[in-house]
Amino acid sequence: MNIITIILVLLVAFLAGMEGILDQFQFHQPIIACTLIGLVTGNPVDGLLLGGTLQLIALGWMNIGAAVAPDAALASVASAILVTLRGAGVSEGIALAIPLAIAGQVLTIFVRTLTVGIAHAADGKAKEGSFRAVEWLHIGALMLQGLRIAIPAAIILSVPAELVTDGLNAIPAWLTGGLAVAGGMIVAVGYAMVINMMATPKLWVFFALGFALSAVGELNLIAMGIIGVVLALLYLQFAPEFNQGGGGGGNSNGGDPLDDILNDY
Amino acid sequence: MDEQNKVRLTKSDRLKVFWRSQFLQASWNFERMQNVGWAYSMIPALKKLYASKEDRALALKRHLEFFNTHPYLAAPVLGVTLTLEEEKAAGEDIDNAAVQGVKIGMMGPLAGVGDPIFWGTLRPVLGAFAASLALSESWLGPIIFFLAWNIIRMAFLWYSQELGYVQGGNITQNLAGGLMQKLTQGASVLGMFIMGVLVPRWTAMNFPMVISRVENAEADMIDFAAISEAANEGVLSGDMLRTVVADIQAGMAIQPEEVTTLQNTLDQLLPGVAPLLLTLFCVWLLRKKVSPITIIGGIFVVGVIGYVLGILG
Repeated sequence: MNIITIILVLLVAFLAGMEGILDQFQFHQPIIACTLIGLVTGNPVDGLLLGGTLQLIALGWMNIGAAVAPDAALASVASAILVTLRGAGVSEGIALAIPLAIAGQVLTIFVRTLTVGIAHAADGKAKEGSFRAVEWLHIGALMLQGLRIAIPAAIILSVPAELVTDGLNAIPAWLTGGLAVAGGMIVAVGYAMVINMMATPKLWVFFALGFALSAVGELNLIAMGIIGVVLALLYLQFAPEFNQGGGGGGNSNGGDPLDDILNDY
Repeated sequence: MDEQNKVRLTKSDRLKVFWRSQFLQASWNFERMQNVGWAYSMIPALKKLYASKEDRALALKRHLEFFNTHPYLAAPVLGVTLTLEEEKAAGEDIDNAAVQGVKIGMMGPLAGVGDPIFWGTLRPVLGAFAASLALSESWLGPIIFFLAWNIIRMAFLWYSQELGYVQGGNITQNLAGGLMQKLTQGASVLGMFIMGVLVPRWTAMNFPMVISRVENAEADMIDFAAISEAANEGVLSGDMLRTVVADIQAGMAIQPEEVTTLQNTLDQLLPGVAPLLLTLFCVWLLRKKVSPITIIGGIFVVGVIGYVLGILG
Protein backbone atom coordinates (compact mmCIF):
# COMPACT_ATOMS: atom_id res chain seq x y z
CA MET A 1 0.00 0.00 0.00
CA ASN A 2 1.78 3.15 -1.15
CA ILE A 3 1.12 6.78 -0.39
CA ILE A 4 -0.72 7.42 -3.67
CA THR A 5 -3.18 4.61 -2.96
CA ILE A 6 -3.83 6.03 0.50
CA ILE A 7 -4.45 9.52 -0.87
CA LEU A 8 -6.80 8.22 -3.58
CA VAL A 9 -8.76 6.08 -1.11
CA LEU A 10 -9.16 9.05 1.22
CA LEU A 11 -10.24 11.18 -1.73
CA VAL A 12 -12.96 8.69 -2.69
CA ALA A 13 -14.01 8.54 0.97
CA PHE A 14 -14.23 12.34 1.13
CA LEU A 15 -16.28 12.45 -2.08
CA ALA A 16 -18.64 9.75 -0.79
CA GLY A 17 -19.05 11.66 2.48
CA MET A 18 -20.04 14.87 0.68
CA GLU A 19 -22.46 13.02 -1.58
CA GLY A 20 -23.96 11.28 1.43
CA ILE A 21 -25.54 14.61 2.32
CA LEU A 22 -25.95 16.16 -1.14
CA ASP A 23 -27.55 13.09 -2.76
CA GLN A 24 -26.90 14.47 -6.24
CA PHE A 25 -24.07 12.75 -8.17
CA GLN A 26 -24.52 9.50 -6.18
CA PHE A 27 -20.83 8.91 -5.36
CA HIS A 28 -22.03 7.51 -2.04
CA GLN A 29 -24.08 4.71 -3.61
CA PRO A 30 -22.35 1.33 -3.11
CA ILE A 31 -22.17 0.54 -6.81
CA ILE A 32 -20.12 3.70 -7.41
CA ALA A 33 -18.19 4.01 -4.12
CA CYS A 34 -17.10 0.34 -3.86
CA THR A 35 -16.12 0.25 -7.53
CA LEU A 36 -14.01 3.40 -7.15
CA ILE A 37 -12.27 2.03 -4.04
CA GLY A 38 -11.65 -1.22 -5.95
CA LEU A 39 -10.15 0.72 -8.86
CA VAL A 40 -7.76 2.86 -6.79
CA THR A 41 -6.60 -0.11 -4.71
CA GLY A 42 -6.01 -2.35 -7.72
CA ASN A 43 -8.75 -4.89 -6.94
CA PRO A 44 -11.44 -3.66 -9.31
CA VAL A 45 -13.41 -6.91 -9.61
CA ASP A 46 -13.77 -7.34 -5.84
CA GLY A 47 -14.95 -3.75 -5.58
CA LEU A 48 -17.43 -4.24 -8.41
CA LEU A 49 -18.93 -7.42 -6.91
CA LEU A 50 -19.16 -5.91 -3.42
CA GLY A 51 -20.72 -2.78 -4.89
CA GLY A 52 -23.35 -4.74 -6.81
CA THR A 53 -24.32 -6.79 -3.76
CA LEU A 54 -24.43 -3.82 -1.38
CA GLN A 55 -26.43 -1.81 -3.90
CA LEU A 56 -29.21 -4.39 -3.75
CA ILE A 57 -29.22 -4.18 0.05
CA ALA A 58 -29.26 -0.37 0.03
CA LEU A 59 -32.10 -0.01 -2.52
CA GLY A 60 -34.54 1.34 0.02
CA TRP A 61 -32.20 3.57 2.03
CA MET A 62 -33.51 7.06 1.40
CA ASN A 63 -33.67 10.32 3.31
CA ILE A 64 -37.28 11.46 3.41
CA GLY A 65 -38.11 14.78 5.03
CA ALA A 66 -36.11 15.08 8.22
CA ALA A 67 -35.66 11.32 8.68
CA VAL A 68 -32.09 10.08 8.27
CA ALA A 69 -31.60 6.73 6.51
CA PRO A 70 -28.85 4.16 7.20
CA ASP A 71 -25.68 5.60 5.71
CA ALA A 72 -24.63 4.02 2.41
CA ALA A 73 -21.42 6.11 2.26
CA LEU A 74 -19.63 4.69 5.31
CA ALA A 75 -20.97 1.18 4.66
CA SER A 76 -19.61 1.17 1.09
CA VAL A 77 -16.28 2.89 1.71
CA ALA A 78 -15.28 1.07 4.90
CA SER A 79 -16.31 -2.40 3.79
CA ALA A 80 -14.70 -1.85 0.36
CA ILE A 81 -11.41 -0.94 2.10
CA LEU A 82 -11.66 -4.07 4.26
CA VAL A 83 -12.32 -6.27 1.23
CA THR A 84 -9.81 -4.78 -1.21
CA LEU A 85 -6.91 -3.94 1.13
CA ARG A 86 -7.43 -5.97 4.26
CA GLY A 87 -8.17 -9.41 2.86
CA ALA A 88 -11.78 -9.71 4.00
CA GLY A 89 -14.07 -11.78 1.78
CA VAL A 90 -16.97 -10.19 -0.10
CA SER A 91 -19.51 -11.95 2.15
CA GLU A 92 -17.72 -10.68 5.25
CA GLY A 93 -17.73 -7.21 3.74
CA ILE A 94 -21.50 -7.43 3.32
CA ALA A 95 -22.03 -8.62 6.88
CA LEU A 96 -19.92 -5.74 8.20
CA ALA A 97 -21.70 -3.19 6.00
CA ILE A 98 -24.86 -3.18 8.14
CA PRO A 99 -23.25 -2.14 11.45
CA LEU A 100 -21.15 0.33 9.46
CA ALA A 101 -24.29 1.85 7.92
CA ILE A 102 -25.71 2.42 11.39
CA ALA A 103 -22.43 3.95 12.60
CA GLY A 104 -22.49 6.27 9.57
CA GLN A 105 -26.09 7.22 10.37
CA VAL A 106 -25.06 8.22 13.90
CA LEU A 107 -22.16 10.28 12.49
CA THR A 108 -24.33 12.16 10.00
CA ILE A 109 -26.88 12.95 12.70
CA PHE A 110 -23.98 14.35 14.74
CA VAL A 111 -22.77 16.54 11.85
CA ARG A 112 -26.32 17.66 11.03
CA THR A 113 -26.63 18.85 14.62
CA LEU A 114 -23.27 20.67 14.45
CA THR A 115 -24.44 22.53 11.34
CA VAL A 116 -27.20 24.20 13.38
CA GLY A 117 -24.31 26.34 14.66
CA ILE A 118 -23.28 27.06 11.08
CA ALA A 119 -26.81 28.20 10.24
CA HIS A 120 -26.66 30.65 13.17
CA ALA A 121 -23.25 31.91 12.08
CA ALA A 122 -24.76 32.47 8.62
CA ASP A 123 -27.54 34.58 10.21
CA GLY A 124 -24.86 36.78 11.78
CA LYS A 125 -22.98 37.24 8.52
CA ALA A 126 -26.23 37.89 6.65
CA LYS A 127 -26.82 40.98 8.82
CA GLU A 128 -23.58 42.39 7.38
CA GLY A 129 -24.81 41.54 3.89
CA SER A 130 -21.73 39.38 3.30
CA PHE A 131 -22.41 36.87 0.53
CA ARG A 132 -18.84 35.59 0.66
CA ALA A 133 -19.03 34.60 4.35
CA VAL A 134 -22.33 32.75 3.90
CA GLU A 135 -20.83 30.86 0.96
CA TRP A 136 -17.79 29.81 2.96
CA LEU A 137 -19.88 28.65 5.90
CA HIS A 138 -21.96 26.54 3.54
CA ILE A 139 -18.88 24.96 1.92
CA GLY A 140 -17.34 24.45 5.37
CA ALA A 141 -20.34 22.35 6.39
CA LEU A 142 -19.86 20.27 3.25
CA MET A 143 -16.22 19.67 4.23
CA LEU A 144 -17.38 18.39 7.63
CA GLN A 145 -19.62 15.86 5.86
CA GLY A 146 -16.66 14.76 3.72
CA LEU A 147 -14.46 14.30 6.80
CA ARG A 148 -17.25 12.25 8.39
CA ILE A 149 -16.27 9.41 6.01
CA ALA A 150 -12.60 10.28 5.33
CA ILE A 151 -11.58 10.13 9.03
CA PRO A 152 -13.05 6.65 9.69
CA ALA A 153 -11.45 5.49 6.41
CA ALA A 154 -8.06 6.81 7.58
CA ILE A 155 -8.49 4.99 10.90
CA ILE A 156 -9.21 1.68 9.13
CA LEU A 157 -6.19 2.23 6.85
CA SER A 158 -3.85 2.97 9.78
CA VAL A 159 -4.71 -0.16 11.77
CA PRO A 160 -2.10 -2.87 10.97
CA ALA A 161 -3.34 -5.39 8.40
CA GLU A 162 -2.61 -8.38 10.67
CA LEU A 163 -4.88 -6.97 13.35
CA VAL A 164 -7.78 -6.75 10.88
CA THR A 165 -7.12 -10.21 9.41
CA ASP A 166 -6.79 -11.75 12.88
CA GLY A 167 -10.00 -10.08 13.91
CA LEU A 168 -11.78 -11.37 10.81
CA ASN A 169 -10.36 -14.88 11.28
CA ALA A 170 -11.56 -14.87 14.87
CA ILE A 171 -15.16 -14.72 13.65
CA PRO A 172 -16.49 -18.29 13.87
CA ALA A 173 -17.71 -20.08 10.72
CA TRP A 174 -21.32 -20.44 11.93
CA LEU A 175 -21.50 -16.67 12.29
CA THR A 176 -20.06 -15.79 8.86
CA GLY A 177 -22.19 -18.51 7.21
CA GLY A 178 -25.28 -17.25 9.00
CA LEU A 179 -24.53 -13.64 8.15
CA ALA A 180 -24.07 -14.57 4.50
CA VAL A 181 -27.48 -16.29 4.52
CA ALA A 182 -29.05 -13.26 6.18
CA GLY A 183 -27.28 -10.97 3.70
CA GLY A 184 -29.20 -12.60 0.86
CA MET A 185 -32.49 -12.01 2.63
CA ILE A 186 -31.95 -8.41 3.71
CA VAL A 187 -32.82 -7.11 0.25
CA ALA A 188 -36.43 -7.85 1.19
CA VAL A 189 -36.37 -4.97 3.71
CA GLY A 190 -35.28 -2.57 0.97
CA TYR A 191 -38.04 -3.82 -1.32
CA ALA A 192 -40.54 -3.52 1.51
CA MET A 193 -39.57 0.12 2.19
CA VAL A 194 -39.99 1.04 -1.46
CA ILE A 195 -43.27 -0.88 -1.78
CA ASN A 196 -44.57 0.66 1.42
CA MET A 197 -44.11 4.12 -0.02
CA MET A 198 -45.82 3.46 -3.36
CA ALA A 199 -48.44 0.89 -2.57
CA THR A 200 -52.10 1.76 -2.73
CA PRO A 201 -54.75 -1.00 -2.83
CA LYS A 202 -55.16 -0.50 -6.59
CA LEU A 203 -51.48 -0.91 -7.34
CA TRP A 204 -50.94 -4.30 -5.70
CA VAL A 205 -52.22 -6.02 -8.86
CA PHE A 206 -49.15 -4.73 -10.72
CA PHE A 207 -46.90 -6.15 -8.03
CA ALA A 208 -48.63 -9.52 -8.37
CA LEU A 209 -48.31 -9.45 -12.16
CA GLY A 210 -44.61 -8.61 -12.00
CA PHE A 211 -44.03 -11.38 -9.49
CA ALA A 212 -45.83 -14.01 -11.53
CA LEU A 213 -44.09 -13.07 -14.79
CA SER A 214 -40.72 -13.05 -13.09
CA ALA A 215 -41.09 -16.23 -11.01
CA VAL A 216 -42.11 -18.50 -13.88
CA GLY A 217 -40.89 -16.63 -16.97
CA GLU A 218 -37.49 -16.24 -18.55
CA LEU A 219 -37.86 -12.61 -19.69
CA ASN A 220 -34.85 -10.43 -18.93
CA LEU A 221 -35.02 -7.10 -17.13
CA ILE A 222 -35.12 -4.92 -20.22
CA ALA A 223 -38.19 -6.78 -21.47
CA MET A 224 -39.70 -6.44 -17.99
CA GLY A 225 -38.98 -2.71 -18.05
CA ILE A 226 -40.79 -2.33 -21.37
CA ILE A 227 -43.79 -4.26 -20.05
CA GLY A 228 -43.81 -2.05 -16.96
CA VAL A 229 -43.78 1.19 -18.96
CA VAL A 230 -46.57 -0.11 -21.22
CA LEU A 231 -48.64 -1.01 -18.15
CA ALA A 232 -48.08 2.46 -16.67
CA LEU A 233 -49.17 4.18 -19.88
CA LEU A 234 -52.21 1.94 -20.25
CA TYR A 235 -53.13 2.63 -16.63
CA LEU A 236 -53.00 6.39 -17.17
CA GLN A 237 -55.15 6.04 -20.30
CA PHE A 238 -57.83 3.86 -18.76
CA ALA A 239 -57.93 4.63 -15.05
CA PRO A 240 -61.23 6.34 -14.26
CA GLU A 241 -59.65 9.09 -12.12
CA PHE A 242 -57.83 10.44 -15.18
CA ASN A 243 -60.84 10.19 -17.47
CA GLN A 244 -63.39 12.51 -15.94
CA GLY A 245 -62.59 15.38 -18.29
CA GLY A 246 -60.59 18.31 -17.04
CA GLY A 247 -57.66 16.11 -16.20
CA GLY A 248 -58.46 15.87 -12.51
CA GLY A 249 -59.59 19.48 -12.23
CA GLY A 250 -57.59 22.63 -11.85
CA ASN A 251 -57.28 23.37 -15.56
CA SER A 252 -59.91 25.61 -17.02
CA ASN A 253 -59.74 24.46 -20.63
CA GLY A 254 -59.98 20.80 -19.72
CA GLY A 255 -57.20 19.56 -21.97
CA ASP A 256 -54.12 17.59 -21.12
CA PRO A 257 -52.29 19.63 -18.47
CA LEU A 258 -48.92 18.61 -19.88
CA ASP A 259 -49.95 20.09 -23.23
CA ASP A 260 -51.11 23.28 -21.55
CA ILE A 261 -47.78 23.80 -19.84
CA LEU A 262 -45.82 23.01 -22.96
CA ASN A 263 -47.96 25.40 -25.00
CA ASP A 264 -47.47 28.21 -22.48
CA TYR A 265 -43.79 27.40 -22.28
CA MET B 1 -43.96 49.58 -13.37
CA ASP B 2 -41.11 51.01 -15.32
CA GLU B 3 -40.04 48.09 -17.49
CA GLN B 4 -36.89 49.89 -18.64
CA ASN B 5 -35.36 49.90 -15.17
CA LYS B 6 -36.12 46.29 -14.47
CA VAL B 7 -33.00 44.16 -14.08
CA ARG B 8 -33.46 40.85 -15.89
CA LEU B 9 -31.68 37.69 -14.85
CA THR B 10 -29.77 36.35 -17.83
CA LYS B 11 -29.42 32.72 -18.80
CA SER B 12 -25.92 32.71 -17.34
CA ASP B 13 -27.28 33.93 -13.97
CA ARG B 14 -29.84 31.16 -14.03
CA LEU B 15 -27.17 28.60 -14.95
CA LYS B 16 -25.17 29.72 -11.90
CA VAL B 17 -28.21 29.19 -9.69
CA PHE B 18 -28.75 25.77 -11.29
CA TRP B 19 -25.13 24.75 -10.63
CA ARG B 20 -25.27 25.90 -7.01
CA SER B 21 -28.61 24.21 -6.38
CA GLN B 22 -26.74 20.91 -6.56
CA PHE B 23 -25.15 21.83 -3.24
CA LEU B 24 -28.49 22.61 -1.64
CA GLN B 25 -28.09 20.11 1.18
CA ALA B 26 -24.40 20.71 2.04
CA SER B 27 -25.21 22.41 5.34
CA TRP B 28 -28.43 20.51 6.06
CA ASN B 29 -29.19 21.04 9.75
CA PHE B 30 -31.88 19.89 12.14
CA GLU B 31 -33.08 23.41 12.83
CA ARG B 32 -33.89 25.01 9.46
CA MET B 33 -32.74 22.12 7.24
CA GLN B 34 -31.89 23.34 3.71
CA ASN B 35 -31.97 27.05 4.61
CA VAL B 36 -28.28 27.98 4.12
CA GLY B 37 -28.12 25.90 0.94
CA TRP B 38 -31.16 27.76 -0.38
CA ALA B 39 -29.53 31.13 0.29
CA TYR B 40 -26.31 29.83 -1.26
CA SER B 41 -28.20 28.88 -4.44
CA MET B 42 -29.96 32.27 -4.63
CA ILE B 43 -26.78 34.34 -4.13
CA PRO B 44 -25.83 34.77 -7.84
CA ALA B 45 -29.28 36.26 -8.48
CA LEU B 46 -29.34 38.37 -5.30
CA LYS B 47 -25.90 39.76 -6.15
CA LYS B 48 -27.18 40.95 -9.50
CA LEU B 49 -30.51 42.32 -8.24
CA TYR B 50 -29.39 44.14 -5.10
CA ALA B 51 -26.41 46.47 -4.90
CA SER B 52 -26.60 48.16 -1.48
CA LYS B 53 -25.41 46.46 1.67
CA GLU B 54 -28.80 46.99 3.38
CA ASP B 55 -30.75 45.41 0.52
CA ARG B 56 -28.35 42.47 0.41
CA ALA B 57 -28.64 41.90 4.16
CA LEU B 58 -32.44 41.92 3.94
CA ALA B 59 -32.40 39.57 0.95
CA LEU B 60 -30.10 37.10 2.71
CA LYS B 61 -32.23 37.19 5.84
CA ARG B 62 -35.33 36.51 3.72
CA HIS B 63 -33.73 33.43 2.17
CA LEU B 64 -32.27 31.98 5.36
CA GLU B 65 -35.72 31.00 6.60
CA PHE B 66 -36.71 27.35 7.08
CA PHE B 67 -36.83 25.37 3.88
CA ASN B 68 -36.89 21.65 3.15
CA THR B 69 -38.07 19.62 0.20
CA HIS B 70 -36.78 16.90 -2.08
CA PRO B 71 -33.34 18.18 -3.22
CA TYR B 72 -34.26 17.99 -6.91
CA LEU B 73 -37.77 19.40 -6.59
CA ALA B 74 -36.27 22.54 -5.06
CA ALA B 75 -35.38 23.52 -8.65
CA PRO B 76 -38.89 24.61 -9.75
CA VAL B 77 -39.30 26.49 -6.44
CA LEU B 78 -36.00 28.26 -7.12
CA GLY B 79 -37.26 29.18 -10.60
CA VAL B 80 -40.47 30.72 -9.24
CA THR B 81 -38.56 32.56 -6.48
CA LEU B 82 -36.16 34.01 -9.07
CA THR B 83 -39.13 35.57 -10.86
CA LEU B 84 -40.49 36.91 -7.58
CA GLU B 85 -37.15 38.45 -6.64
CA GLU B 86 -36.85 40.01 -10.09
CA GLU B 87 -40.24 41.66 -9.64
CA LYS B 88 -39.45 42.71 -6.09
CA ALA B 89 -36.13 44.29 -7.08
CA ALA B 90 -37.99 46.21 -9.81
CA GLY B 91 -40.16 47.76 -7.12
CA GLU B 92 -43.18 45.47 -7.22
CA ASP B 93 -44.94 45.22 -3.88
CA ILE B 94 -43.96 41.71 -2.79
CA ASP B 95 -43.33 41.32 0.93
CA ASN B 96 -41.23 38.74 2.74
CA ALA B 97 -44.31 36.79 3.73
CA ALA B 98 -45.29 36.36 0.09
CA VAL B 99 -41.87 34.97 -0.85
CA GLN B 100 -41.87 32.66 2.14
CA GLY B 101 -45.48 31.66 1.41
CA VAL B 102 -44.62 30.57 -2.12
CA LYS B 103 -41.63 28.58 -0.90
CA ILE B 104 -43.50 26.84 1.90
CA GLY B 105 -46.58 26.32 -0.24
CA MET B 106 -44.63 24.55 -2.95
CA MET B 107 -42.12 22.55 -0.92
CA GLY B 108 -44.56 20.16 0.76
CA PRO B 109 -46.47 18.89 -2.27
CA LEU B 110 -43.29 18.78 -4.35
CA ALA B 111 -41.45 16.67 -1.77
CA GLY B 112 -44.41 14.31 -1.88
CA VAL B 113 -43.90 13.97 -5.63
CA GLY B 114 -40.09 13.74 -5.64
CA ASP B 115 -39.64 11.12 -2.95
CA PRO B 116 -41.63 8.33 -4.65
CA ILE B 117 -40.38 9.19 -8.15
CA PHE B 118 -36.65 9.64 -7.52
CA TRP B 119 -35.93 7.71 -4.31
CA GLY B 120 -38.79 5.24 -4.52
CA THR B 121 -38.77 4.26 -8.19
CA LEU B 122 -35.98 5.60 -10.34
CA ARG B 123 -33.03 4.89 -8.05
CA PRO B 124 -34.10 1.39 -6.94
CA VAL B 125 -34.95 0.35 -10.50
CA LEU B 126 -31.75 1.79 -11.97
CA GLY B 127 -29.70 0.54 -9.00
CA ALA B 128 -31.09 -2.97 -9.21
CA PHE B 129 -30.51 -3.10 -12.95
CA ALA B 130 -26.93 -1.84 -12.58
CA ALA B 131 -26.29 -4.20 -9.67
CA SER B 132 -27.34 -7.19 -11.79
CA LEU B 133 -24.81 -6.12 -14.42
CA ALA B 134 -22.12 -5.60 -11.77
CA LEU B 135 -22.74 -9.04 -10.27
CA SER B 136 -22.02 -10.58 -13.67
CA GLU B 137 -18.72 -8.63 -13.53
CA SER B 138 -19.78 -6.13 -16.17
CA TRP B 139 -18.36 -2.60 -15.86
CA LEU B 140 -21.44 -1.30 -17.59
CA GLY B 141 -23.24 -1.59 -14.23
CA PRO B 142 -21.63 1.37 -12.44
CA ILE B 143 -21.12 3.31 -15.68
CA ILE B 144 -24.76 3.11 -16.75
CA PHE B 145 -25.94 3.91 -13.23
CA PHE B 146 -23.74 7.00 -12.97
CA LEU B 147 -24.43 8.37 -16.45
CA ALA B 148 -28.15 7.65 -16.62
CA TRP B 149 -28.81 9.05 -13.14
CA ASN B 150 -26.83 12.24 -13.63
CA ILE B 151 -28.16 12.99 -17.10
CA ILE B 152 -31.75 12.58 -15.91
CA ARG B 153 -31.04 14.55 -12.72
CA MET B 154 -29.28 17.50 -14.34
CA ALA B 155 -31.82 17.75 -17.14
CA PHE B 156 -34.58 17.71 -14.55
CA LEU B 157 -32.90 20.37 -12.38
CA TRP B 158 -32.34 22.76 -15.27
CA TYR B 159 -35.62 22.36 -17.14
CA SER B 160 -37.82 22.40 -14.04
CA GLN B 161 -36.01 25.51 -12.79
CA GLU B 162 -36.61 27.18 -16.18
CA LEU B 163 -40.22 26.06 -16.10
CA GLY B 164 -40.59 27.66 -12.68
CA TYR B 165 -38.86 30.84 -13.85
CA VAL B 166 -41.00 31.25 -16.99
CA GLN B 167 -44.28 30.17 -15.43
CA GLY B 168 -43.75 32.23 -12.30
CA GLY B 169 -46.81 32.28 -10.12
CA ASN B 170 -48.82 29.97 -12.39
CA ILE B 171 -46.74 26.93 -11.57
CA THR B 172 -48.49 26.08 -8.35
CA GLN B 173 -51.78 25.81 -10.21
CA ASN B 174 -50.29 23.56 -12.85
CA LEU B 175 -48.86 21.29 -10.20
CA ALA B 176 -52.17 21.14 -8.40
CA GLY B 177 -53.72 20.02 -11.70
CA GLY B 178 -53.48 16.53 -13.08
CA LEU B 179 -49.91 16.48 -14.36
CA MET B 180 -48.05 15.68 -11.17
CA GLN B 181 -50.69 13.24 -10.08
CA LYS B 182 -50.40 11.43 -13.39
CA LEU B 183 -46.64 11.33 -13.15
CA THR B 184 -46.70 9.94 -9.61
CA GLN B 185 -49.35 7.36 -10.47
CA GLY B 186 -47.55 6.23 -13.62
CA ALA B 187 -44.22 5.98 -11.79
CA SER B 188 -45.87 4.02 -8.98
CA VAL B 189 -47.41 1.52 -11.43
CA LEU B 190 -43.99 0.96 -13.01
CA GLY B 191 -42.33 0.82 -9.60
CA MET B 192 -44.75 -1.73 -8.14
CA PHE B 193 -44.43 -3.90 -11.25
CA ILE B 194 -40.61 -3.85 -11.13
CA MET B 195 -40.63 -4.59 -7.40
CA GLY B 196 -42.74 -7.64 -8.14
CA VAL B 197 -40.19 -8.68 -10.76
CA LEU B 198 -37.20 -8.19 -8.46
CA VAL B 199 -38.54 -9.97 -5.38
CA PRO B 200 -38.21 -13.56 -6.66
CA ARG B 201 -35.07 -12.89 -8.71
CA TRP B 202 -32.71 -11.19 -6.32
CA THR B 203 -33.62 -12.35 -2.88
CA ALA B 204 -31.30 -15.24 -2.11
CA MET B 205 -33.17 -17.75 0.08
CA ASN B 206 -32.42 -21.43 0.03
CA PHE B 207 -33.82 -24.19 2.25
CA PRO B 208 -31.44 -27.16 1.89
CA MET B 209 -33.24 -29.14 4.61
CA VAL B 210 -33.89 -32.65 3.34
CA ILE B 211 -37.53 -33.68 3.43
CA SER B 212 -37.39 -37.11 1.89
CA ARG B 213 -34.95 -39.64 0.47
CA VAL B 214 -36.36 -42.21 -1.94
CA GLU B 215 -34.18 -45.00 -3.30
CA ASN B 216 -34.42 -45.35 -7.05
CA ALA B 217 -35.16 -48.77 -8.45
CA GLU B 218 -32.19 -50.23 -10.34
CA ALA B 219 -34.14 -50.42 -13.58
CA ASP B 220 -34.83 -46.65 -13.44
CA MET B 221 -31.15 -45.84 -13.09
CA ILE B 222 -28.44 -45.40 -15.65
CA ASP B 223 -26.01 -48.30 -15.45
CA PHE B 224 -22.82 -46.32 -14.85
CA ALA B 225 -20.95 -49.46 -13.75
CA ALA B 226 -21.36 -51.04 -17.21
CA ILE B 227 -20.09 -47.88 -18.91
CA SER B 228 -16.97 -47.56 -16.76
CA GLU B 229 -16.28 -51.26 -17.33
CA ALA B 230 -16.59 -50.77 -21.08
CA ALA B 231 -14.28 -47.76 -20.86
CA ASN B 232 -11.67 -49.74 -18.93
CA GLU B 233 -11.76 -52.54 -21.45
CA GLY B 234 -11.47 -50.02 -24.27
CA VAL B 235 -14.76 -50.95 -25.94
CA LEU B 236 -16.64 -47.73 -25.07
CA SER B 237 -18.35 -46.52 -28.22
CA GLY B 238 -20.07 -43.34 -29.28
CA ASP B 239 -23.35 -45.21 -29.51
CA MET B 240 -23.16 -46.22 -25.86
CA LEU B 241 -22.68 -42.60 -24.78
CA ARG B 242 -25.49 -41.46 -27.04
CA THR B 243 -27.81 -43.99 -25.41
CA VAL B 244 -26.83 -42.67 -21.96
CA VAL B 245 -27.62 -39.08 -22.92
CA ALA B 246 -30.93 -40.14 -24.47
CA ASP B 247 -31.79 -42.07 -21.29
CA ILE B 248 -31.04 -39.04 -19.11
CA GLN B 249 -33.17 -36.85 -21.34
CA ALA B 250 -35.92 -39.43 -21.11
CA GLY B 251 -35.90 -38.95 -17.35
CA MET B 252 -33.84 -41.80 -16.00
CA ALA B 253 -32.18 -41.20 -12.64
CA ILE B 254 -28.46 -40.64 -12.27
CA GLN B 255 -28.32 -40.89 -8.46
CA PRO B 256 -29.13 -44.01 -6.45
CA GLU B 257 -31.23 -41.82 -4.17
CA GLU B 258 -33.85 -39.17 -4.95
CA VAL B 259 -33.28 -36.36 -2.42
CA THR B 260 -36.05 -33.82 -2.01
CA THR B 261 -35.18 -30.65 -0.10
CA LEU B 262 -37.63 -28.16 1.29
CA GLN B 263 -36.49 -25.82 -1.50
CA ASN B 264 -37.51 -28.36 -4.20
CA THR B 265 -40.96 -28.60 -2.69
CA LEU B 266 -41.34 -24.82 -2.51
CA ASP B 267 -40.19 -24.46 -6.12
CA GLN B 268 -42.85 -26.95 -7.23
CA LEU B 269 -45.46 -24.92 -5.41
CA LEU B 270 -44.36 -21.56 -6.84
CA PRO B 271 -40.78 -20.44 -7.44
CA GLY B 272 -39.89 -17.45 -5.30
CA VAL B 273 -42.70 -17.94 -2.81
CA ALA B 274 -40.36 -17.66 0.21
CA PRO B 275 -38.90 -14.26 -0.82
CA LEU B 276 -42.44 -13.09 -1.55
CA LEU B 277 -43.67 -14.02 1.92
CA LEU B 278 -40.58 -12.46 3.51
CA THR B 279 -41.12 -9.20 1.61
CA LEU B 280 -44.81 -9.03 2.48
CA PHE B 281 -43.94 -9.73 6.11
CA CYS B 282 -41.46 -6.84 6.04
CA VAL B 283 -44.11 -4.53 4.53
CA TRP B 284 -46.46 -5.54 7.32
CA LEU B 285 -43.80 -4.89 9.98
CA LEU B 286 -43.03 -1.46 8.49
CA ARG B 287 -46.74 -0.60 8.62
CA LYS B 288 -46.68 -1.61 12.27
CA LYS B 289 -44.00 1.10 12.70
CA VAL B 290 -41.16 -1.35 13.29
CA SER B 291 -37.95 0.42 12.26
CA PRO B 292 -36.05 -0.99 9.23
CA ILE B 293 -32.89 -1.38 11.31
CA THR B 294 -34.77 -3.57 13.81
CA ILE B 295 -36.06 -5.71 10.94
CA ILE B 296 -32.56 -6.04 9.48
CA GLY B 297 -31.25 -7.04 12.92
CA GLY B 298 -34.04 -9.61 13.20
CA ILE B 299 -33.20 -11.09 9.80
CA PHE B 300 -29.57 -11.46 10.88
CA VAL B 301 -30.63 -13.37 13.99
CA VAL B 302 -32.98 -15.58 11.94
CA GLY B 303 -30.26 -16.15 9.33
CA VAL B 304 -27.68 -17.26 11.88
CA ILE B 305 -30.07 -19.53 13.77
CA GLY B 306 -31.45 -21.00 10.52
CA TYR B 307 -27.94 -21.65 9.24
CA VAL B 308 -26.83 -23.35 12.47
CA LEU B 309 -29.95 -25.56 12.47
CA GLY B 310 -29.43 -26.42 8.79
CA ILE B 311 -32.80 -25.04 7.68
CA LEU B 312 -31.33 -22.14 5.72
CA GLY B 313 -28.25 -22.32 3.54
